[in-house]
Amino acid sequence: MAIEDDVLVVGGGLAGTTAALAAAERDVQVRLVSYRQSTLRNASGLIDILGYTPAGDGPLVDPFEALDDLPAGHPYERVGSEAVREALAFFDGIVGDAYAGAHTDANALVPTHGGTVKPTARYPTSTAAGLASDDRDALLVGFETLPDFEAPLAASHLEAAGAPFTARGVTVRFPGIGRDDAKVTRYAHLLDHDEPVETPAGETTAREALAETVRTHLEGESRVGFPAVLGDDRADAVRADLGDRLGVDVFEVPMGPPSLPGIRLEDLLYEALEAAGVRVTTGVPVVDYETDGEGADATDPERIDRVVVDRNGAEVPHRATQYVLATGGLVGKGVQSERDGVFEPLFDCHVPQPADRYDWFVDDVFGDQPYARFGLPVDRDLRPLDAADDPEFSNLRAAGAVLGGYDFAAEKSGSGVSLATGYVAGRRAAEGCR
Amino acid sequence: MPRDTGVLVLGGGSTGCGIARDLAMRGLEVTLVERGNLTDGTTGRMHGLLHSGGRYAVSDQASATECIEENEILREIAGHCVEETGGLFVQRPEDSDEYFQEKLEGCRECGIPARVLSGTEAREVEPYLAEDVARAIEVPDGAVDPFRLCVANAIDAENHGARVETHAEVVDLLRDGDDIYGVEVRHESGPGKRTHAAPGTTEEITADYVVNATGAWAGQIGAMADLEIEVRPSKGVMTIMNVRQVDTVINRCRPKGDADIIVPHETTAILGTTDEEVPDPDDYPEEQWEVDQMIDTLSELVPILEEARTIRSFWGVRPLYEPPGTGTQDPTDITRDFFLLDHADRDGVAGMSSIVGGKFTTYRAMAEEIADHVCDKLGVTASCSTADEPLPGSENIETLEAGMDDFGLRSPVARRSMQRLGSRASEVLETDEPNPVICQCEGVTRAEIRDAISQSGSDLNAVRIRTRASMGNCQGGFCCQNMANELHPTYDEETVREALDELFQERWKGERHALWGEQLSQAMLNYALHATTMNRDRDPASATGDVDFAAFDGGRAASDRVDGTRGAD
Repeated sequence: MAIEDDVLVVGGGLAGTTAALAAAERDVQVRLVSYRQSTLRNASGLIDILGYTPAGDGPLVDPFEALDDLPAGHPYERVGSEAVREALAFFDGIVGDAYAGAHTDANALVPTHGGTVKPTARYPTSTAAGLASDDRDALLVGFETLPDFEAPLAASHLEAAGAPFTARGVTVRFPGIGRDDAKVTRYAHLLDHDEPVETPAGETTAREALAETVRTHLEGESRVGFPAVLGDDRADAVRADLGDRLGVDVFEVPMGPPSLPGIRLEDLLYEALEAAGVRVTTGVPVVDYETDGEGADATDPERIDRVVVDRNGAEVPHRATQYVLATGGLVGKGVQSERDGVFEPLFDCHVPQPADRYDWFVDDVFGDQPYARFGLPVDRDLRPLDAADDPEFSNLRAAGAVLGGYDFAAEKSGSGVSLATGYVAGRRAAEGCR
Repeated sequence: MPRDTGVLVLGGGSTGCGIARDLAMRGLEVTLVERGNLTDGTTGRMHGLLHSGGRYAVSDQASATECIEENEILREIAGHCVEETGGLFVQRPEDSDEYFQEKLEGCRECGIPARVLSGTEAREVEPYLAEDVARAIEVPDGAVDPFRLCVANAIDAENHGARVETHAEVVDLLRDGDDIYGVEVRHESGPGKRTHAAPGTTEEITADYVVNATGAWAGQIGAMADLEIEVRPSKGVMTIMNVRQVDTVINRCRPKGDADIIVPHETTAILGTTDEEVPDPDDYPEEQWEVDQMIDTLSELVPILEEARTIRSFWGVRPLYEPPGTGTQDPTDITRDFFLLDHADRDGVAGMSSIVGGKFTTYRAMAEEIADHVCDKLGVTASCSTADEPLPGSENIETLEAGMDDFGLRSPVARRSMQRLGSRASEVLETDEPNPVICQCEGVTRAEIRDAISQSGSDLNAVRIRTRASMGNCQGGFCCQNMANELHPTYDEETVREALDELFQERWKGERHALWGEQLSQAMLNYALHATTMNRDRDPASATGDVDFAAFDGGRAASDRVDGTRGAD
């Protein structure tokens, strides 16, 4: 017996969860299946819409102004700028107070752990007091055992970037961390649970000990930034507690993988899926699909009848009216490659590419990289197109990094494209069930 | 006329560093200049094979004999640079029985321990060998870390009073009539470079004698004094796999050919190679077919290579030489022997000899012969001790291994640190400071990175070759930034930023030749981490033009801030 739903979303990252939530709002039965751990856990948790134009102009103060000038085939051009705004409003509704930035169209500039600044439209509340576009002086605090963030260097880097305030950095020992290779989740857990820790002054709690350690370094700054390890489940309480003890605003600087802000966002989205009644199955790959033959006439695209999901070795058919492909790009493995070509592994959708793999890259590592644009071309309904520009299937839409024609890393548009195309794909899929 | 130094050695590869060590140990005053980093030329671009001599046992028995002698010496004096993997010469059904027999006899004639294994026995040693491998000859090939070995020679030269100057390019030979008496170097500028002298300046270094040990670049040096040195640079590709598919050196047992060797090296396996003459050792095409040939041909020996993940490819240029008039067409036929060209005898120009040709495995013996020659020229009587004195890091290896301490590190990290550092391990790793792992792929800790920085300055590629940091699967995507962080505060922010850019770009250079499958996904992840998460591609600190910070979202209203009305409540 096949498992039956109205909409089946394949992929559990930002695009897939957004698509599932957008579809579920339209009173259809939605299922989300995902295989690999989501790349959200590697991401900074910042929601960027557009930081730079494809030509490299920027940082853009207003990302929305630039949307209408994007080239044909760019995912934003496909869905239109109104849909981007709607999708962002939809996201704001889901995450509520956990994110900030909705009060303005302007991008914020958020300090990164490399010390540079990044334009972004929404940012976790935990980073809000740290904006580089805020002119208050800041103290950055790094930890001896966390080599990813060298606070004094980051402070000098902010100065070199022209930030309108004085930043200082200090490196301290994190009280209660005994191992040099402790995971970031260990730091977060210590603070979440305010565990007892030993200090030279006797036993105290993790938050108090950290505040005491930092207090002696304050020189009148009204905000203090830490690498993003300030709690997981109780991050707001940890930040508020540290802020009260120090009499400052406390913020986090987003870090590389594994990223607590990314993990927190993933948790929020999966809670929302549960609340919306979306059926979620994780850890299961889609291994095959079947169509129900030709469309109404020979020129119509085929319809996907079912996909086959591998559940611990058992092949279980999943049937839906509409399907959304949100399996990610090269990083998420929704787009894969071999020596002689790039392909989309589930439905074998067309991926435009230079025939010679030595044309997949350019020599400057940060140059205009063709491989960064690999992905599926789609019509304005987000249906993947074949080499003749006809839809591959009538009831398949694609969203997020599996799409081609844009370089999310250079543009700083990854989250925004996932939100906008996920939102549109989910809505259209639901409409297609009627 | 007083000279700045006794002997001036040009070239910081294995030969140059070996000569510098040898002469310095004999008590001579030595200066070595290198245009880039140590190992930047051919030494850092080889497959890491420590020859048993088996490879030359049929075609060139003199070289084969010398290889096995030096192989045994290096195991003694450079234990921390050598892995005694053993090697196999593997015969496929289509490979000649007659040649197999010649190889076996040749090994025995040259004193190379050799034993025949059946196909089944060979697969017991190396389970991934192809099912149809007929038989194999086992020889004492090994793997050697050319970076560590070369650097150890340079350090020991310095310990014996030598001056070693990197990023100092020879721009002219100083010639007075028929006498060469030194060189002019330009000290390279740039924040990623370590200079003893002010960057961008030139310096004349005079010497009693000059040794041109620049290998494939020897012709260019010679031309500065109108000397013709007929080097025949020949390129070869090496492709690096993500894991060690084999733990033994695997050679194809046939007369000659491209793509016939796999060398296990640290966490990786290196496939090699090709042999094609190039006109310019600094500018030659790096081609797709060469990489494809490595994988396709060597898959005949080890079939899983076909589907395995390659992490990068690189090319090296052999410093081949043959005397004028030999006229060999095929570079694979040019001898691997080395030549000492005394320009006084050859060209009537005194004060300089050039050393060309040769092999990495026999670098020490070459250095000894040249040092003898130089001593002869200078009337010095001092004998060579490089075969007996261990290199820094290799003293007391057995005692060290017996009393191995894990320095508070996880055991795989400790074990690998020990293998790299040898007897210097406790000096480097014993610290009261926290010592987190900086490079996860290779297990390199902060203390080891800082030790390398203290040797080589802000050049992160020099740190890389000393430690292997950024040389694993992620090719630096996760650790380049953290390596750069360790430069601060010794070096300022701008220097750190540019050193990071330089390392990241260098890592990308080799990755380009492995851009498919897992490694293309890795490249996209690295790009995303550096461009998306850190915005390093459009860093305002490096861009021209200022950012109007005030135009951007400044965050919450002032009333929410601790120093706004909330704080005043």
